[in-house]
Amino acid sequence: MAATQSDSYVPPALRVWRRTGNQAGAPVTAAALLVTLLALLPLAFVIGVTIQTGWSTVMQLLVRPRVGELLVNTVLLVVLTVPLCTILAVALAWLTERSDLPGRRAWSLLAAAPLAVPAFVHSYAWVGLVPSLHGLFAGVLVSVLAYFPFLYLPAAATLRRLDPGLEDAAASLGVKPWAIFFRVVLPQMRLAIWGGALLVGLHLLAEYGLYAMLRFDTFTTAIFDQFQSTYNGPAANMLAVVLALCCLSMLTLEAATRGSARYAHVGAGSARLLRPHRLGKQATVICLLLPALTAVLALGVPLVTLTRWLIAGGAAVWRIDEIVPALGQTLALAAAGALLTTCAAMPMAWLSIRHPGRLNRVLEACNYITSSLPGIVVALALVTIVVRIAPAIYQTSVTVLLAYLLMFLPRALISLRAGIAQAPVELENTARSLGRSPGRAFWAITMRLSAPGAAAGAALVFLAITNELTATLLLAPNGTHTLATGFWAFSSEIDYAAAAPYALIMVLLSLPLTWLLYSQSKHLAGR
Amino acid sequence: MSTLELHAVCKSYGSVCAMNNVSLNVETGSRTAIVGPSGSGKSTLLRVIAGFESPDSGSVVLNGKILVDGTNEIPAHRRVIGFVPQDGALFPHLTVAANIGFGLAGSPAERTQRIDELMEMVALDRRMLARWPHELSGGQQQRVALARALAQRPQLMLLDEPFSALDTGLRAATRKAVAQLLSAAGVTTILVTHDQAEALSFADQLAVMRDGRLVQVGPPLDLYLRPCDETTAAFLGDAVVLPARLENGWADCALGRIAVDDSARNGDAKIMLRPEQLNVAEIAAGDTDAQGRSGIVIETDFGGAVCNLGVRLTATAAENTAGSTLLVRCPGPQAPAVGASVKISVTGSAHVLAA
Repeated sequence: MAATQSDSYVPPALRVWRRTGNQAGAPVTAAALLVTLLALLPLAFVIGVTIQTGWSTVMQLLVRPRVGELLVNTVLLVVLTVPLCTILAVALAWLTERSDLPGRRAWSLLAAAPLAVPAFVHSYAWVGLVPSLHGLFAGVLVSVLAYFPFLYLPAAATLRRLDPGLEDAAASLGVKPWAIFFRVVLPQMRLAIWGGALLVGLHLLAEYGLYAMLRFDTFTTAIFDQFQSTYNGPAANMLAVVLALCCLSMLTLEAATRGSARYAHVGAGSARLLRPHRLGKQATVICLLLPALTAVLALGVPLVTLTRWLIAGGAAVWRIDEIVPALGQTLALAAAGALLTTCAAMPMAWLSIRHPGRLNRVLEACNYITSSLPGIVVALALVTIVVRIAPAIYQTSVTVLLAYLLMFLPRALISLRAGIAQAPVELENTARSLGRSPGRAFWAITMRLSAPGAAAGAALVFLAITNELTATLLLAPNGTHTLATGFWAFSSEIDYAAAAPYALIMVLLSLPLTWLLYSQSKHLAGR
Repeated sequence: MSTLELHAVCKSYGSVCAMNNVSLNVETGSRTAIVGPSGSGKSTLLRVIAGFESPDSGSVVLNGKILVDGTNEIPAHRRVIGFVPQDGALFPHLTVAANIGFGLAGSPAERTQRIDELMEMVALDRRMLARWPHELSGGQQQRVALARALAQRPQLMLLDEPFSALDTGLRAATRKAVAQLLSAAGVTTILVTHDQAEALSFADQLAVMRDGRLVQVGPPLDLYLRPCDETTAAFLGDAVVLPARLENGWADCALGRIAVDDSARNGDAKIMLRPEQLNVAEIAAGDTDAQGRSGIVIETDFGGAVCNLGVRLTATAAENTAGSTLLVRCPGPQAPAVGASVKISVTGSAHVLAA
């Protein structure tokens, strides 16, 4: 003890490295800090722009009927859509996981499949089918269909993992089946529902294309219009501040009400398989209606509209000279963005697994907060800051890639963390005791074993970028046409037939992502 | 001659002291077991020797070469010390052959030959070389891990609770096989375990660790019969501890007058006996010959070969000791029934615990 006390002072953050004798640690921490500082740029922008605008101007810009109207629209959208999504997702999850509904596997896949259709393609399909569709009702309808799988996947995964012993115990205590669902099953799905609801809520706040096409005004569409008309005006910035505040309060609300209880059964895996509930003949027919109707609305409508436009357009809409470059640019941006994001996530992921501590938890939380901010806020922040401090990279791919990095870092982070967790430090130590230097041991063991996780993370980022519209529209240099912006240009000109090939390619590219998410949720459940 | 020497090694994590002034000598070719409850710092000790952790102060010397001291430190990969962790830690992405060959240099032919040798050494079939770690049983995994650690011919082998994941039957057999194998290879071995029976059976030298300190080091039999304090006594096995009055190598206690191993101390003290040192003989009904060392069996715990008895001493005129219950161990088939009157005698001498 005396020896430790006589040691010269070492800052707490760096003490970890001395203890473990791991000299590689300090640069890794520095790299993680750098990425985090970058990730905090949008928040800094929100705070900075508010201070710079001045209180009276802020009040002038925010206290007006237009802002009130947007707030009401946005709040109504969230308040109506999230509960509807939850009910639909939980009902579908129960039917596909816990009942003897015919064709459960197929229905389960169909319930996840709408994720393959980008949100703005959903609304494109509906507008193509019912041109007069617009306003709040349309917004809620299309949002529910586009986003309910975000709740379905975790809800189904949790239901699959629940310990059937609990339900048996409740039944033996004389509780009726319906009451068991509400008193035993539903409470255990709480974490899954809260997490999924937060994800849906954040998407509702951030989405631009879906609502622009349905002519339903939210903060995001209003900011976009402002930016288009006045470029970098304080009006757009102040609306972005309000939008950011909405996102942050949603995060806070979720964190405050989520609770910390972990309901998942902890143990060596459940030995027994779940016994499906029997529905009975009449109930089966009624219950089949729900997944069937959902599939028709969420998959049938896009499919029918796309097919119709593609037939109507014929060979003429396949302008190879435009589509191929757009595909090429999309793939190039997505590949570069995925690589950059995965590399940037590496130090943070490594720290959070190998040296979990308060500092690292705070760093990680910062990254999650930024990515919960809508793409449009990130884009505005980058425009403002880049023009001021590094005008050379304004209107270049660098800015676009930076935006992707900030928006999609957690996707890479989560997969990478899971990957590195597959390589316990004990294996690395063993490699060192067998004569490998620390660097070579890390490369031969940890990198090799976390490669699948890194690849999955990179794939998630890649596909997210493929379908990204908002930030790309705002930040891409002149002459850049991605699939999403190409699609958007044509459908804004009401040339729906010409937009159809782009939509089709995006859906096809998204299928692997959907499959990945689907099988990941299966894997989480241990099957 | 000493191969491994630890001098006053200290290591703490924040405010938790995992190793407090630990000094230890390990002879060439010997087997040392470090035993202690979980959290006692025994794994940290092993990791410091292996080079996975740096001590805050103190030094570690192997064959006269300084592994670590205040100024220098040889990194783990240059120490040539074998290490077998708890679950074997086989690389899941490599086959058995690639795992064993991980630390081997040389041409493919040389490597193959050495791998074959090692497989034979740990008594595994060559056909297993192409298997993946997850296709092996727990015992096989441990043997592959041992072969992998032996590959570079280390002078010192560190075993971190390598048998604890195995079934009871397999554990004893594997332990014996590993002990013989390492002795035959002349490799100095340090085993860390929380299982005292395992430690007693494995070691030439036993070290008991508690709260970051080595509380006692010595031959297993010495520590078993002459533990330094009551906690150590209880940790190494069941113990009967009695208050006694010492006088010139004799103790007066509830069992009468018995010999002790310390003739220098006099006055009140605590003495310790192992339950196997107590013998019981049934007294036929009506036999009044029994004196102060008789009692009544109040519970029996039949365990096959051995039966544990709870014996309540009969009150004597001299002392008021009625009510105290002794643990006695006797051969299972000859165990007296509950309620039987028994005569208790003592084999060997009692150990006087430090005050």
